[in-house]
Amino acid sequence: MALDQEKTKQFKYIGTRPKRQDGVDKVTGQAKYGADTYQSGMLHGAIVRSPHAHAKILSIDTSKAEALEGVKTIVTRAEFATDVTGDNWNILENVMADKTALYDGHAVAAIAATSALIARDAAKLVVVNYEPLPHVTDIVDAISEDAPIIRESSIEPNVPEGYHKNITRRYECGKGDVKVGFGEADLILERDFFTEGVHQGYIEPHACLAHVTPDGKGELWCSTQGHFNVQRVCADLLGMESSQLKVTASEIGGGFGAKTTVFIEPVALALSRKANRPVKLVMNRSEVIRATGPASSSWSTVKVGMKKNGTITAAHGTYRLQGGAFPSAPSESPAQVTFAPYDIEHAEMIGLSIMTNRPKQAAYRAPGAPMGVFASEQIIEEMAHELGIDPIELRLKNAAKEGTKGVHGPTYQRIGLIETLEAAKAHPHYSTPLKENQGRGVAVGFWFNFGGATSVSMALSLDGSVALTVGTPDIGGSRASMALMAAEVLCIPYEDIRVTVADTGSLGHNDDTAGSRVTFAVGLATIEACNAAIKELCKRAAGEWGIEPEAVKWEEGFAVPSGANAGDFAPLSLKELAAKMNTTGGPINGHFASSPSGAGPGFATHLVDVEVDPETGKSTVIRYTVVLDAGKAIHPDYVEGQMQGGAVQGIGWALNEEYVYGKDGRLQNTIFLDYRVPVASDLPMIDCVIIEVPNPGHPFGVRGVGETSIIPPLAAVANAVSAATGVRQTRLPMSPPRVLKGIKDKQSHG
Amino acid sequence: MSKQVITTTVNGDSVDFVCDPRESLLDVLRDRLGLTGSKEGCGTGDCGACSIMLDGRLVCSCLVLGVEAEGKTIETIEGVATGTQLHVLQDKIIEHAGLQCGICTPGIIVAAKALLEKNPDPTETELRYWLAGNLCRCTGYDKIIRAVMDAAAELRKVA
Repeated sequence: MALDQEKTKQFKYIGTRPKRQDGVDKVTGQAKYGADTYQSGMLHGAIVRSPHAHAKILSIDTSKAEALEGVKTIVTRAEFATDVTGDNWNILENVMADKTALYDGHAVAAIAATSALIARDAAKLVVVNYEPLPHVTDIVDAISEDAPIIRESSIEPNVPEGYHKNITRRYECGKGDVKVGFGEADLILERDFFTEGVHQGYIEPHACLAHVTPDGKGELWCSTQGHFNVQRVCADLLGMESSQLKVTASEIGGGFGAKTTVFIEPVALALSRKANRPVKLVMNRSEVIRATGPASSSWSTVKVGMKKNGTITAAHGTYRLQGGAFPSAPSESPAQVTFAPYDIEHAEMIGLSIMTNRPKQAAYRAPGAPMGVFASEQIIEEMAHELGIDPIELRLKNAAKEGTKGVHGPTYQRIGLIETLEAAKAHPHYSTPLKENQGRGVAVGFWFNFGGATSVSMALSLDGSVALTVGTPDIGGSRASMALMAAEVLCIPYEDIRVTVADTGSLGHNDDTAGSRVTFAVGLATIEACNAAIKELCKRAAGEWGIEPEAVKWEEGFAVPSGANAGDFAPLSLKELAAKMNTTGGPINGHFASSPSGAGPGFATHLVDVEVDPETGKSTVIRYTVVLDAGKAIHPDYVEGQMQGGAVQGIGWALNEEYVYGKDGRLQNTIFLDYRVPVASDLPMIDCVIIEVPNPGHPFGVRGVGETSIIPPLAAVANAVSAATGVRQTRLPMSPPRVLKGIKDKQSHG
Repeated sequence: MSKQVITTTVNGDSVDFVCDPRESLLDVLRDRLGLTGSKEGCGTGDCGACSIMLDGRLVCSCLVLGVEAEGKTIETIEGVATGTQLHVLQDKIIEHAGLQCGICTPGIIVAAKALLEKNPDPTETELRYWLAGNLCRCTGYDKIIRAVMDAAAELRKVA
């Protein structure tokens, strides 16, 4: 069937909301996550971590720890490969410090013992002799004149001479000539905005179980967003061949980007290899917060020019993101993303990566975008108010559409930004009257979405049911979405399909569950794998009937003779063909592998109402609406889940969450009591409106939905708090003391 | 420290175990009894993923020592379903898609069940405050709240 027909047809399974296949396991406690497996002879690991933000490691004395009964082995950096380069070298440097501890919590040694208690006791007996070095943890301080230079060797060639030596990467994009654009403006507004570091906050700490045998073969069970990536990186760090390391992804208790890399997995493998025993390594929460994640803190400077009628004439942005003590901040992202929703003639966007003595920045849902949009969407909203134009109308006036060349370069195909803005404007939320101390905020967001390398296999059983095998860990219900797409293509019941996430030895390569790619790319491969099986089914039917395979078509789960042979033979069902397959040519399987482009860009508009207590400065979200273009919602419950979850993570980022470093460079809030993520009583219901503007790059029109949802909330909530207080909110988090100070300052200055 | 022998009842069965006095009840349930349905999200009583019932009282099992369970009755997520019959809360969490990654789900179900046994008809606000000790990072709580409210309504019909 031609693609355009596919998109307009009525679906039988897609768009319905069946129960997920892993549901029973997950509500009964049977599902096996990273820490839920055991192996005979298994040891328990523990990691020794630096208490210093920056220090030379002069010596490591393990003798007392080794003497403790039950301790089987201790590893340091000496147990890892020495020929690692590039990104993997940075990962190795983060996984286990070499000569320098680069942040509070940096791993310096690891122990395996017969129990977790003994391993933890032994960790305290390792004597590390440090020589503390000057440190810097704040992004503004890091590029001040007297800041210690952390790692000059990491500066990339495109950073111009004369830049501060803690700036390791520079990215630039744009179009037109901003001087001309600002010259045409009636109103110009420029502001600085700051956001603090935050953690992804998945509830499952990193956990794994490794076993390396003396013949050099290894097995690894771990909680990850991408076990093929884990296999590749771990093999490199351990000096193994990838094929000799089989990695199995456990059920995963959240990742949000930070489980796309490795932290403890190579350490567990090194311990196991040295001890010749299986080793289980599980982080505690404090280790998770001190040494994994986090997302960058940021400092953005944004300037926009507008005509009196609200037309944007020019935009300029400088986005500075800190990557921790590593050259990895996603600073290109805000430069590309912030003004992508608008049709602007003149724009210049710069992204800078800045080094500090903090943990290695890890991806967090649309990495780099929310903090940049926190700046850009506040400037847009403030200018709308200043010009007396409705904020949604102003965005509609400048909205990108099919044919618009984005600030970041590409020209859009069909996109749904305008549809999300129109739906938000028409939503009852937007006309609900506000009371005293309440304010309303709007913000839009754009995310590229991603395709990525993908392999999918399906196998037909003799009874006509289907085993579908994917290689992307299921974090939010993707097995249900894949089964729905397979059911739609094969025209068999959803319940007849069982989806399995295969280990690295059982399927071809798959990129991570990341980049909002799974429903798009794995969905596409699922459809094509099923189509390959259908082609074979039609061939078998043709053989039965003695006609050409091209003269058979697949309709409603049956092989049907067509063309000149139409009506000559009774249609054969999938079940009938499956029952005979081993005698009509052998097993029938479908496989598809590709790295698809064509992931349709995602757009969203968020509306939020906030009430601010003028006596305490506490902000409470009282109403929230997410409008998102999903292209086509395969399982709407799990699309809404992404919309709601992203919005609430954004609310936490906006109002509560922050990394708090002391003057000593140590992280001060390393448990959930002090690093406060949103709880149920903080929130209202999160209303969802799914828009479906089909993505031309997918047979069913799917666009990714996982990341776009976290892009607008920081700005939307800030716009609402600004409206409620009359004070523009330029710093996150908008904690009660900060908001209260703003209110008091405004009152004292009249 | 010398290990101690502890006698308890777990999900209706008599269970003895030996543990170090420093081990949490959560570690005992998971590592010694194989009941890995209770999860450790924090180890400090902040996330609720290890929620269990101890002598009829909702507790974070990471904040209880194994040795404190002596003579007590323990109910975990593994004991919530009856035979092949899921508890209404379990059914409704699946039906409303009140889970994404599912790591918080056992704790949410144990905690919500404890509430509904005390208060069969909670308001949304009462439910939100009761579940404030159970962190979920995926769902934004919306579908969890809807699922538990629906389960409460269903249970009231049965009662």
